[in-house]
Amino acid sequence: MSGPIEVTLVVNGNPSTAQVEPRTSLADCLRHELRLTGTHIGCEQGACGACTVRVDGRLTRACLMFAVQAEGASIETVEGMAEDPEHLHPIQEAFREEHGLQCGFCTPALLLTSQQLLEENPDPSEEEIRDYLSGNICRCTGYNGIVAAVQHAARTMRETNER
Amino acid sequence: MRPAPFEYVAPSTVEEALQQVEQHGDEAKLLAGGQSLVPLLNFRFAAPTVLIDLNAIEGLGSMSVGDELVVDAMVRQRDVETADDVQAALPVLGETLGHVGHVAIRSRGTIAGSVAHADPAAELPALLLALDGTVVATGPAGSREIAARDFFVSIFTTALEPDEMITSVRIPCAPGGAAVEEVARRHGDFALAGAVAQVETDPNGTISGARLALFGVDATPVRADAAEELLIGENPEDAAVLEAAGRAAADGVSPVDDAQVPASYKKRITGVVARRAVARAAARSKSA
Repeated sequence: MSGPIEVTLVVNGNPSTAQVEPRTSLADCLRHELRLTGTHIGCEQGACGACTVRVDGRLTRACLMFAVQAEGASIETVEGMAEDPEHLHPIQEAFREEHGLQCGFCTPALLLTSQQLLEENPDPSEEEIRDYLSGNICRCTGYNGIVAAVQHAARTMRETNER
Repeated sequence: MRPAPFEYVAPSTVEEALQQVEQHGDEAKLLAGGQSLVPLLNFRFAAPTVLIDLNAIEGLGSMSVGDELVVDAMVRQRDVETADDVQAALPVLGETLGHVGHVAIRSRGTIAGSVAHADPAAELPALLLALDGTVVATGPAGSREIAARDFFVSIFTTALEPDEMITSVRIPCAPGGAAVEEVARRHGDFALAGAVAQVETDPNGTISGARLALFGVDATPVRADAAEELLIGENPEDAAVLEAAGRAAADGVSPVDDAQVPASYKKRITGVVARRAVARAAARSKSA
């Protein structure tokens, strides 16, 4: 097949259909066909991390996957993290409180990456946080606010789970 | 940029994939994890008109650990990295994978794909070479085994025939201790210079076996045969021994200037990573 092709993705729990070419990346499909522009494109080679989403629960570079490959998959983007505009995800709250973002370009990917980190390791050390997030480049913050945000979120989420 | 247009096929079996390969010849590329190929497509360094997606093929997703680790072609790097039995049997593989890109890359990237891509600065080909692993290649006539020493021919060039694909990779779970050392500008980047060492020591601490492969410093990963020979019977805590091994390793590679560092730097750092990898591998062997 050389396109256009219809793909159906489940994005943040919602089945969504889009018309794409085979060469349309998952990132471009999310941004242009599904109007979910929280996923950003930086380097197009997987190095900067700005395009990171979760595919079937796994962190994935959306710029290195074609939309047709995601047929039927469950995709999570930053738009699915907050319950509603009044109720941010604890990780989003933590980034806000700890000044873990400035321009916000790297932030959606960092939020999702932090989310998977804390699922795998609810009480990470600073070194573990820095190592896990090393695949996400931030031009603005110098990373310390990001690390503080993840530590803050880890604490909040552990406390919530312990109640 | 975005890739040039291509046709997309997603075969369900290895046989179908090989038929597609035969049908399209060098107009087609195989797509496994895509973490090396898709950047090339995005930059149009490669522009195949047909992409054969291997991700729908069943039966390429298993791994098992015994005397060897056997990893089928579509097993994800992250799944190998997080498998407890692999970590116990072959801890250097987990350590090596920690240097391969980042978690999101390893979610889709495959061991076989990295080996097939044969980037001279990649870690997994060097690990395969250091531990004398085996590639199982399948073509229209059936499967064959290719020893790691025969597999990496030149930059991005392997011993695979145009009509073959890797179906599994085997890595012996070597005795003793092993370690990987890498110098890169950023954690997860390709190596400026790297080394994988596997060392066995006898009860009084003397080296009884040594394997050493360098990466990022030549057209392929390189076994440091001269350094290995020199290490046998020696004390791995003797700085002069490590120094000599490092020099021998550096003498055995022919780096070229690259966009980041000159060849002279690579030569020098080869010695450093070789020494450090051997020292850590020997220490692990003693405590094993």
